[in-house]
Order: sequence, then structure tokens, then C-alpha cells
Amino acid sequence: MHISEGVLSTPVLAGGALLTALGTAVGLSRLDYDRLMTVAILSAAFFVASLIHVPMGPVSAHLVMNGLLGAILGLASFPAILTGLLLQAVLFQYGGLTALGVNTFDMAFPAVLCFLVFRPLLRAGGLRRTVGAFACGFFSVLLAGVLTATALSLSGEAFSTVAKAILLAHLPIMAIEGLLTVMVVGFLAKVRPEMLGAVLSPRRKT
Amino acid sequence: MIDEPFARGRSLVHGLDPRAKLVACLALSLAAALARGYLAPAAVLAFGALLVLAAHPPWRLLLGRLLAVNGFIAFLWLVIPVTAPGTVLYRLGPFPVTAEGLRLAALITLKSNSVFACVLALVCTSTAPALSRAMTALHVPRKLSFLFLFTYRYLHVIAEEYGRIVTAARLRGFVPATDRRTYRTYAAILAMVLVRSFDRSARVYQAMLLRGFSGLFPVLATPAAGPRDAVFLAAALIAAVAAAGADMVWSGWHG
Repeated sequence: MHISEGVLSTPVLAGGALLTALGTAVGLSRLDYDRLMTVAILSAAFFVASLIHVPMGPVSAHLVMNGLLGAILGLASFPAILTGLLLQAVLFQYGGLTALGVNTFDMAFPAVLCFLVFRPLLRAGGLRRTVGAFACGFFSVLLAGVLTATALSLSGEAFSTVAKAILLAHLPIMAIEGLLTVMVVGFLAKVRPEMLGAVLSPRRKT
Repeated sequence: MIDEPFARGRSLVHGLDPRAKLVACLALSLAAALARGYLAPAAVLAFGALLVLAAHPPWRLLLGRLLAVNGFIAFLWLVIPVTAPGTVLYRLGPFPVTAEGLRLAALITLKSNSVFACVLALVCTSTAPALSRAMTALHVPRKLSFLFLFTYRYLHVIAEEYGRIVTAARLRGFVPATDRRTYRTYAAILAMVLVRSFDRSARVYQAMLLRGFSGLFPVLATPAAGPRDAVFLAAALIAAVAAAGADMVWSGWHG
């Protein structure tokens, strides 16, 4: 979920910008240009994925996939999502520069956290990987919803109902994202096991 | 699918230095977004609207984007006036409409649209590669502008890749519905796009290394900021500072 420009209060905007700057600095420090290229093209893939609308009963929702992004990119999630949102502003005029920090943090922090927590499960095989992948997809969207709602609530008492509505809207998406993450991770584990969390792990020199 | 219709054009605004436009956009957006009263965002909206007019954008498209941006705002208008605590102006059925709620919704609308105008006029009138160069010149970390440039560059390629895979699925009779099969198909499509992107990144990087890439993009035509850019940047910065200052004085009077 994306909070529009002009909604949040100054302390929330400043806090979000600071945390995103920190996360991006840590993410970039671990990347050399070789891996940066992989992150760039995978970011493009996730940008395209976020344009997919999946039917959900009478309505359709677009994918967030920050859990899967975290499972693949790990700590590089911050620069990847920051770039994605910047491109969204440039190409679709959706969002601007002031809320960029908060919106990046809301999506990237859950991705990184889930990656760090569920990495042991993702690296295992069979049922444990399935559970880990579902948890990654499910909890990243849940936490993103919670963070978005928190950013709104911190900006003023008037936003409490809006915050609750946004959190509720995340609930059905969570289940779908969890399910899709399981299927994609299962596919990748068979086809390209080195892709899971591999972008930041040491690569053999060839 | 993905295009930069606002970046094409030969207007005065398109001709300005992307660095000056980026700095001006940031200053004006901050002045609008951080304000406590109507005055600053209204001033920025007026300034931004003038720039948009000067840029001669494709108007139909602009209208579409304006509607998209105001979708979330419309949702806020439905909720905030009836849920914000404050003095009740009148009752709409069972819901009390508060003065504070209406004021907040109006302020958000003003701020959101003023930032939209600035982004449209000052960021979207430059192409993404020009923005990436401007970011590097403004001391944004080199790796971040690299990431921005290449994500943009491969967006089109990956979108086409995705299009091909979806076409293949359709040709085999895939119709999206709410069932397990649809989700399984989307997961397979997404996974395949990711695998191909991953493989492509290795090939692209190897090709760049072969051509001597060392982390730098030598630029032959170094952009030189002319007097026109200086005048524009000064005007934008004065407008931003004046708007922010006026907001401070104004909200100082009105608490």
C-alpha cells in the first residue's frame, strides 16, 4: 500500500526518510557492480510483477510480492524498492519525493526482516521450505500493512479509521501472497536454487 | 505498456537542466508537504501549475494521471470528515461531520496535488537516463543511480518478456479466475520471469565487462547550466523558502 503525498506529518516523513537512507546505505554497501546488475534486472521484474492484477472473487488486487523480493534480494531490498517507487513516480506520476522514505521503509523493512528470520527455513527442503516461504509472503504483507497503518496513526488521531481500513484491506492479500510465494519459491528451488537469498551471499569467482 | 509521454517535448521546461529541476522539485515539494496551513501548498500548487502549463503536456493523459492520484484522496474525503474528532458542524445521517476533518481533507488534497504538479513539471519532463546523470551530479550514491538507470533500462525488456509468457499461456487457454489453477499459473509465470531476468543479468554484465565497464559511465556532453537554469533555480528556491516562511508566520498566529 502506498501513502499519497501530503498526508503524513513532518516527524513521520523525517523518520521514514532517515530509516530508508540507513537501510539503503547498508544494502548498497554489500553490493558490487556485478550483483548490482542482478538486483537492477530483478527489480525491473518485480516492478512488472506489481502491475499484475490477480482476480480475488469479484475484485482483483495487484501483487506486492515484497516477501518474495526479500527472499531473493535479502538486504538489497531497500535500494530495490526505493528504485521501484522512484520509477513509479517518474513513469506514472504516482507518488513524489517527500513520502518516498516512509513508503520504501513500509515495504522494504518487512522484506528484510522476514528474510533474516525465515532464511534457515528457506534454505531447508520440503515442508520446512514451504512453511518458510508462506511465512515470508504472509508476514511481509502483514507487517507492511501494520507499518503503513502506524505511519498514518502517528500522523494524527484523525487517521485512525483510515489506518484500520488499510490494515483490513491487507488481510485477503496476505493469504494470496503467502500462497504465491510458496509456489514461486518451490519453482525456483527446483530450477535455480542459487537464486534464493543468493544475491548477497559470497559468489564463487570464475 | 511503459512509456515516458511527459518527457517528450521541446518546451522551455523540458530544456532546463535536470539537476536544477530536481533540486527545485525537492525544495517545492518539501515546502508544500511540511506546511501546516493552506497558504504554502496553495502557493506551490500555483507555481507548479504554471510550470505544467509551460511544459505543454498531453492533456488527456494528464487528466488520467490526475484522477489516479486523487483516488486515494477521494477515499480520505469519504472517511476523514466523519471520523476525525473535533467540533461537529452538521450531521450526515448518523455521522457527525467535523470542521477539523473537513479542514484536514482539504489540506491533504491541496498538498497532494501541489506535489503532483511539481513532480509532473520538474521530474517527468526529463528522461530517466538524464535523471540518473543528474542524481550522480547531485552526489546521490553512484550505485543508487546505476540501479535506477538499469532498472529503468530493463523494465521494458522484462515487460516484453512477461507479455510473451502471458501470450503463451493465453494461447493454451488460460483464463484468470479465482481458483488454485490461476494462482499456480501466475506463480509459474512470475517465477519464469524472475529466472529469465536472473540469467539475463549475468549476460548483460559480462557484455559490459567485455566493453570495459569499470563502474563509470563516461559522458561526452557534460551538461552546462546556463543563465536560464540559474534564474529558474533561484526563482524556485525563493518561492519555496517564501512559502515555508509564510507558513511558519501564519501558523504562529493561528496556533
